[in-house]
Parts: sequence; structure tokens; C-alpha cells
Amino acid sequence: MADLLNPAAELADDGHGHGHHEEHHGPTGILKWMTTTDHKIIGLSYTVTSVAMLVIGGLFAEIIRAQLATPDGHLVSLAQYNELFTMHGSVMIYLFAGPFAFGGLANIIVPIQIGAPDMAFPRLNALSYWLYLTGAITMLLGFFTSGGAANFGWVAYAPLSNSLNTPGAGADLWIGGLLLTGFSAIFTGVNLTATIFYLRAPGMTMFRMPIFTWNMLVTAILILLAFPVLTAGLIMLYCDRHFGTHIFSTAGGGVPVLWQHIFWFWGHPEVYILALPFFGMATEIIAVFSKKPVFGYKSMVFATLSIGALSLGVWAHHMFTTGVVLLPFFSIMSLLIAVPTGIKIFNWIGTMWRGELWFSTAMLMSLGFLFTFLIGGLTGVYLASPPLDFFTHDTYFVVAHFHSIVMALVLAGMGGLYFWGPKITGYMLNERLGKAQFWLLFIGTQVFTFPQYILGLDGMPRRVPLYIHNPEWKMLNEWSTIGAVMVGISTIIFVVNVGYSWKRYPAGDNPWDAQTLEWFTTSPPPHHNFYRLPQIRSERPTWDYNHPEHKSLAHGAGAGAEHQPTPLAAAVTVLEHGQDEGPNEGANE
Amino acid sequence: MPSFGAQKGVTSESSSVFHLWQGFSIGAVVIGGFVVVIFVYAIVRFRRKGDNIPRQSQYHLPAEVAYTVVPILVVFGLFAATLVVENKEVSNPKTDVIVNVNAFQWGWKFTYPGTHTSVIGQTTQAPTMVIPVNTNVHINLTSTDVLHGFYVKEFNFSRYALPGVLNQFTINAVKTGTFFGQCTQLCGLYHSLMFFNVKVVTMPEYTAWLAKTSNASTSSAAATATNQQTNTGVPTKPATSQGGN
Repeated sequence: MADLLNPAAELADDGHGHGHHEEHHGPTGILKWMTTTDHKIIGLSYTVTSVAMLVIGGLFAEIIRAQLATPDGHLVSLAQYNELFTMHGSVMIYLFAGPFAFGGLANIIVPIQIGAPDMAFPRLNALSYWLYLTGAITMLLGFFTSGGAANFGWVAYAPLSNSLNTPGAGADLWIGGLLLTGFSAIFTGVNLTATIFYLRAPGMTMFRMPIFTWNMLVTAILILLAFPVLTAGLIMLYCDRHFGTHIFSTAGGGVPVLWQHIFWFWGHPEVYILALPFFGMATEIIAVFSKKPVFGYKSMVFATLSIGALSLGVWAHHMFTTGVVLLPFFSIMSLLIAVPTGIKIFNWIGTMWRGELWFSTAMLMSLGFLFTFLIGGLTGVYLASPPLDFFTHDTYFVVAHFHSIVMALVLAGMGGLYFWGPKITGYMLNERLGKAQFWLLFIGTQVFTFPQYILGLDGMPRRVPLYIHNPEWKMLNEWSTIGAVMVGISTIIFVVNVGYSWKRYPAGDNPWDAQTLEWFTTSPPPHHNFYRLPQIRSERPTWDYNHPEHKSLAHGAGAGAEHQPTPLAAAVTVLEHGQDEGPNEGANE
Repeated sequence: MPSFGAQKGVTSESSSVFHLWQGFSIGAVVIGGFVVVIFVYAIVRFRRKGDNIPRQSQYHLPAEVAYTVVPILVVFGLFAATLVVENKEVSNPKTDVIVNVNAFQWGWKFTYPGTHTSVIGQTTQAPTMVIPVNTNVHINLTSTDVLHGFYVKEFNFSRYALPGVLNQFTINAVKTGTFFGQCTQLCGLYHSLMFFNVKVVTMPEYTAWLAKTSNASTSSAAATATNQQTNTGVPTKPATSQGGN
């Protein structure tokens, strides 16, 4: 672990002679890692841990796909299969996608993007990481209990998840692990919200924040609204299992379907808690590699806000087939989400329009994201219609739909690593390996999801290890397995690339001619991120500094009038950097 | 019109769902196709040709309004079509043919109220529900333990069986034949082996079958039901070796 953190250790050394004395006397090596409150080191720890979770969750997926390559596979038992898909979903959603985005990249990038020295609550940030790591280990420890890991699906529907139907410690470790990572997410949500509201540099008004920061703000607010509900639900579930309550069991007058309401009241905002950060990554990357500003910046912000708002009113579209929810309301709310999502897709294409597209690995990943997300988005519209949901619910059509979405997020996330990795570590990743990884990941994703759409329409249910009555599904399942193997190989290429490129290609401060504030400082940034700041007069201060003759067009009116910087942010910046904003500040280092 | 991967099914409801599916698919193909075309055009046409810095245009109000308003109109069109089919599916017209479907770990029990007929089966000994063709059949769906999913592909329809909830829906089969059904909601160890069949027969065949099984059940004290476990919470292993190896 200490080795992985070398770049971060170096970054502390860069602070010499700039008035940051704490690191001179601080611990080094593993002790430094364990005691750090630097958002960049914590963010890097999050990134490394969550990518490890991606590998673990991916391994489960490969076993699942191997089992399904034949109608009556004997690779795993029925019980093991239930554990595998439960833990595959749990690891990918709870331990990879969220923490990778809001704990990893957002933690590193957001403070730098808004010109802040660190997160608002650095110690809370450290606590978040340790809760996450502990929670992840706790959940995975289920495999080492006598009853095996949790096996009730990642949604843990009551009453299957009660102590009668799922006895054993694996389920309890799942609940405990999820409680811990849930608190970690809540604390990160608090931290991001406070940082974005209070630590923006002078001149960084709300409507000059990069789209990634905007998306993280909305994500953080959604976390604060949704995760406490899950936490409460998990405590109720634990009480049902161990303290004799009957909240989710009919035996004592409880209501099993209440669990679904609580779970999805968290679970649907969670979909956007996962997705919005990756939308933000793709937005930044597409703009930089088109050499243009984000097209329709303000409509992008309002689209994000409306996705966030709508996401709180659509939870029961996961419950259409329960027969106990108001169908038309949840149907129209869910359909309406297609509108802001569509605005985003058109804005991304608008950003590319008449640009100079540079197909770096990061850009290819983002374009792959756009296409894959389009497929997942279109098939999602079907599922918002109750009759079509009755038709496809709990079949592989749904599995294919959300794997199109989450694989799009994986593509965007990989793009994020290729794009911001040089900023975090100071070194570039190899582009040839990157492009090989992209093509395998992109094509593999389509090869594994498309057969699943067809299988779902042909009636193959989810969560079955056998399809003995339908041997005709074998060929499509084989294709799906081939696609999954391609995705697996692409992940191996990524790990190889990280090893191969280790300290090989120095990045410089701004290798992509990028636009936002994080590219103004050094790679990696110094301990408190900046020695000096440029004037911030738009959402892309670094671009304005480097290309003063190429300002965004049709953006002048009203752009400066929205918000004044908060006094606290101004004061902190003055304290940290010993200077106020003024004309003609220092050169780009 | 192309089927877009779906099938018309064998009930009057399933063909409505199929037509709705076609409508949604046309929307998806037109809008998705348009997006893919401009996306690919942008990739090909605007690839980097030098170190030029393009015009830094950021807003185009008419285009932004267009791609906000048009999707809203499309969404309300889809919603209207949805409501028509949905209302048909949830209308539950009055009918004399009623089947009580009870799901349990890991099997199904079909009882016909007003008669003594009861069919039960679990895991690989799948029970068969017999219903008449061209008749509204009212299903009362319940569960005795955990969640289950009642799903028949040819019905283009599924519904949860929930403990403590009576779920009701109506099917009107328009074709005779035997159709395969399966539990679609994860319900524990043998979820993947929780099968059943639906046999659609003509009305005379149905009445004859009902009379025969009803009498048989009376004389032998509901032999079918007592022979097998009626979900006392102690599951038995399924017969096949594919079970829990």
C-alpha cells in the first residue's frame, strides 16, 4: 500500500518552502497514510480500494457467466450461485461505483477544481475512508462464515432476508458492512456539500463551477437525502432478524413491502448518486478533447438539478409488479427523467459539434460511455411504462438494461482515470494499452449485454443458475459470456498499464490543454493544492489564462452576477495562499 | 410492422402489450437512430485536423429549446399509450372463472373456488393450471412465505406474489395450448426450479376437467394436496440431480 502512495508522498514534499510546516514533522510511510487528512491521499486510497472492489466484483461476474454458459452447469451449487450474484451486485454498487466516484475522483478533484486547499472537514474525510474500508471488508468476510455470504440478492427483499429464511452471519455482515459504508457515504456527502458551498476560491461563483463539481454537489445532496433512509431501513431489518420486531414480517402485523419502499426510496436516488459523477467526468472530458466549452452549460446544470429532483419521486417504478403502488404517477415521473437525460446527451454532442476532436483514451472512453448510456437510457424508457415492465420485470431484459447503464459508467470512470490520473500521480498512462483496453471494454460490453436483451424478451428470468427447460438459450448465453470475458481482459490490461506506465511518462501540469482550475496547479498538486490562482471569470479559468483570445461565446451576459464568493471562502484562500485575487497573477507553474 | 424482439403472446392483454412495445420501439429507433447518426457524423466530421482552436460557441437557444420540448411531447405521447394498455390490464372485469394461485417455497398451488379441485406441485414436479380459452379468468395471487413472481412468457405479464397481500388480475387467453411458467422473483435456494404450466383448453374441456378433478378430490379427500407438503416451512429436496449438488 505504501508503494502505491508514492506520488502522494512526493506531493507533500512539494510543499517545502511554501509555509506549510505540518508535513515536515508529520509521520512518513504507512503511518502517514493511516493518519493523513489530505483529500488527495484519501481520494487515492478510495480509488485504489474501489478499483480492487471492481476486480473482485468482476471476478464474481466471470464465475456467474461461466456457470450460465451451459443450461445445467455444475461449476457452482445453487447456494453458491445465490451468494455470488448477491455479492457481485453488492460489491459493484455499494463498494465500487459509488465510492470510486464520490470518495475517489470527486474527493481528489472537486477541491482543486474550485480552488480550495482541502475538503471542508479533513478529519471527517479520513473517517469516511476508514469506515468504507472497514465496511467493505466486513461485507466480504461473509464468505468465510459457515453459512456463506449474504444470498438474498443485493436488494435483500423482506421476508427472504429475515432470520428464518436467511439465518447465518453472512447476512448480518452484509447489513453491518452496508451500514458502515452508508455512514461513510453520508459523511462524504456532508463534506462535499460544505466544501462546494463554502470553500470556493474568490471569483468561483456557483455558475462558474465546472460541471463535474456541479454534478458532485447534486450527488452529495442526494446522498444526504437518500442514505439515512437506507441506514434506518437496515437497522429495522437487523431488529427484525435479532430483536424480535416484526416490521417487515406479516407474522406480527408488519408489512414486507415496506422494505421495498424504504430500499428503493434510497435505491433510486442511488442510481443517480452513481450516475451523476460519471456524467460529470464525461462532460469535462468531451469538452477538453473537443477543444470547446461545455455546450449549453446552464441547461446542463438545470438538467442535473432536475434529474436529482425527479429521482426522489420515482422509487416505486421498481415495484410496479407488486400491485400495491400508484402506477400512473410513478410512470410519468420516470418517463420525465428521459427529458433532462436527453438534454445531457444532446449537450455532449453539441460540445463535439464543430470542435477539433482528439481521440485520446479518455475521449474514446467517454464516447463509448455516451453510446452505451444511450442504449441503456432508451431501454430504460420501456421500463418506465408499467405494462412493459410487467412484461420484462425480473427477466434478463432488466439485467441487460442496467448493465448497459453501469458499464457506461465504468467506461466513463476509466476515462476519468486516464484523464485525471496524470494530475493525481504526475505521470501519464500508456495510450496504446489504453486504446486496446477501450476497444475490448466497449465491444465486450455490447457483446455481453445485447444477447441479454434478447434472452429477457424470450423469458429468461434473473438470478437462475440453470435453464434446463430452455436449452435453446445456450447460444446467446455463450455470447454473453464471451463479452464478459472480453471485459475481464480489458480490466487486466488496465492493471498492466498502471504497472507498465509507473513513473514512465511525466505529465506536466496540463498535458491535455484542459480548461478547469485543477490543470492550473502542478501535477501532482502541492500539499494545499495551489501556490497561486488565476483570475476566475468563467467556468474554465485555466483555458482563459492560456487562451485569452478564445473566450466562450455568448456567455458574457449575466455570468458574473449570480453570486459573490462567500466571505469564508475568500478568507480561507487569503489565509492559505497569502494573496488576494488581483490582475496578472503569477504564471502557470 | 416489425416485432422488435417481442411476441404477440396468447392472451388479449398480451397482444395489447405487444402493440405498446412496438410503439415504444418505433420511438426508440427514431430518436436513438437520430442521436447515433449525429453522434457518428460528429466523430467523423470533426476529428482533429491540426492545432486550430475552433470557435468557442457555447449556447444555441433554438436548438436547446427544441431538444427539450420535443422529448417532453414524446414522453407524454408514450404516457398516453401506456395508460390505455395499463387500464386494460388492471380493469379486472367480472367473471365466473376464478383461480386462487398460492406460491410457496418452492412450488405452486392452484385452487378453484366453489369446487374441490386443487392442484399442487413443487420444484421439478411442476403443477398445471387449467383455464378455459376466450374467457376472462380472474387470478387471486398470494404467497405463504417470501416473495415470488408469477410469470408466463406467452402472457407478456408478471406479478409478484406477496405475503399478506392479495394480488388480483385477469387474463383472457385467445389460444389453446400448454404454456410454461416460472417464478421470476428470487425466493431462496430452489428459485430456479420453481416451475408451473398453464394449460388453456376449450370451455367444454375445462368444465369436464373441473367436474372430474373436483369429484376425485372429494372422494379421496383432496389426494393431490395431501400427498405433498403444503408448505409447513420445511422444504424437501427436488427430485433431480441438478438440485443442490
